[in-house]
Amino acid sequence: MVRKVAIVGTGQTEHGKRREVSFPELVYDAVRRALDDANLTIEEVDAVVTGSMPAPMEGVNAPHLYWGDDATGAVMKPNMRVATCGTTGMSVAHSGYYHVASGLFDVVLAVGAEKQYEGQAQGTMNTVGDAHFTRPFVAGAPGVFAAQSNEYLHRYDVPEERVRLAAAEVSVRNHNDAFDNPYAHIKVKIGVDNVLNSRIICYPIRLLDVCPQSDGACAVVYASEEKARKITDTPAWVKGVAYCGNEYWIYDSDSVENPATIEVARQAYRMAGITNPLKQLDVAEIYNPFTFQEMMHYECFGFCEPGEAYKLVEEGVVARGGELPCDPSGGVLSTNPIGATAMIRVAEAALQVTGKAGAHQVPDAETAFCNGLGGANTLISVMILGRTP
Amino acid sequence: MAEEEEVKAVKPGVVKLPYRWSIGEAGLKFFQGMKNKKIMGTKCPKCGKVLVPGRKFCPTCFVDLSDWVEVSDKGTLESWTLVRYPFLEQPKEPPYIIARIKLDGADSSFYHYLGGVDLADPDKVKDQIKIGAKVEAVWRDKTVGEITDIEYFKLA
Repeated sequence: MVRKVAIVGTGQTEHGKRREVSFPELVYDAVRRALDDANLTIEEVDAVVTGSMPAPMEGVNAPHLYWGDDATGAVMKPNMRVATCGTTGMSVAHSGYYHVASGLFDVVLAVGAEKQYEGQAQGTMNTVGDAHFTRPFVAGAPGVFAAQSNEYLHRYDVPEERVRLAAAEVSVRNHNDAFDNPYAHIKVKIGVDNVLNSRIICYPIRLLDVCPQSDGACAVVYASEEKARKITDTPAWVKGVAYCGNEYWIYDSDSVENPATIEVARQAYRMAGITNPLKQLDVAEIYNPFTFQEMMHYECFGFCEPGEAYKLVEEGVVARGGELPCDPSGGVLSTNPIGATAMIRVAEAALQVTGKAGAHQVPDAETAFCNGLGGANTLISVMILGRTP
Repeated sequence: MAEEEEVKAVKPGVVKLPYRWSIGEAGLKFFQGMKNKKIMGTKCPKCGKVLVPGRKFCPTCFVDLSDWVEVSDKGTLESWTLVRYPFLEQPKEPPYIIARIKLDGADSSFYHYLGGVDLADPDKVKDQIKIGAKVEAVWRDKTVGEITDIEYFKLA
């Protein structure tokens, strides 16, 4: 029998260029803050799950040894490392949930972290594909997402300029919302013209369509129903969890109306009892490393029909004050310590449904959706949190 | 008293590691084909899809694949991007175009380069390329059994 599980504490570091701290020190900060938020001591934690990007990004190639135990308080405890590229933070979050839902552990700490300024993120990305078939054609992370975005731009009978403009609005909105998030990295006041005139990185993706690289860590504490009710008056209940993999050969499948991305939301909605996501969800933390990707996600997650994401943007449906505010934290577009990035979506969703999101709180948010994305649709994950179990 | 030397907050370093990656049974067959200027896929006995490059197993049906079929070196441009940023460890100097190509006779597509396009003005590149256009392989004179035996695809 699967047990009910809640998030009872979250902790984030100030994300950005964090040259003054080492990797373990950065992780320790997030864990410390999550424990303080839950008002727990490390002795009360039964098990730990950790994750970050492929180790070459860190250059200390055994992260589970370097920071996995000491900095997370896992000494003399079970500790599992999970690494699934961009969706690592969500895989870690899922794993923490599984630990408690299974009945094997009552209080579990989940931690994701990255220090992108220490290494070569895009150099590492260029080696994620096999050497025989794909590597000559990999151009960092933007290359594959750009091809996907270009296909999206031309898929539907909608003027390209209108979709392009909506994507620019997505960038403006995320960068603007970041000002209200004390942990966000890039905070800039920009207009759509700044996005449209920024330089092409990989067409159609321009500089302001791309997420930054950040240093940062995020930790989340899970507890069983019985423990959660003792620990806090405001638990964030896990209502839906789903994960779908795709083919390694990503072009075996449709990359725009992506079958795994569509299926993962369906499964999570079924578990959470959601039949009309636009009406029933109050806030969403979409994994949006690229503007066009955020729009493709709206469609695959059923916020609108295929090809109609631009309307959600034009009509303000996904802006704060709209029917389903997306990424009020500023999203991945403003903050991206990759191994932590998808877990930041979870932590932000928890802050929203517990009313603790501060200046970027969506009023009366009861149900929050968040997702992670690894590869270019290759691994995709969703979590839905609610104020009531 | 000598002034104490400042301790540096950041220590630079490089990790350099060589590898020897197996090409695999399916890969060997595929690249033997490339050496002879033939592009080989595999047809799945269950879903009937022709996957290119050919594989040892179907990732969707999870069955063995052994029916090798030759597909055309001509096909359709499904998407493309103009790469303008020099990422570390990139095998080619930007600017260049990578393209998603579905060959005639195949049910899946793959990445390769798209050549023969004027890249002088990045904002004018898109006017020269239509998604859905026909493309064809430009083979190197001397083939060695690598994916780059096709130098690039050009608009037909």
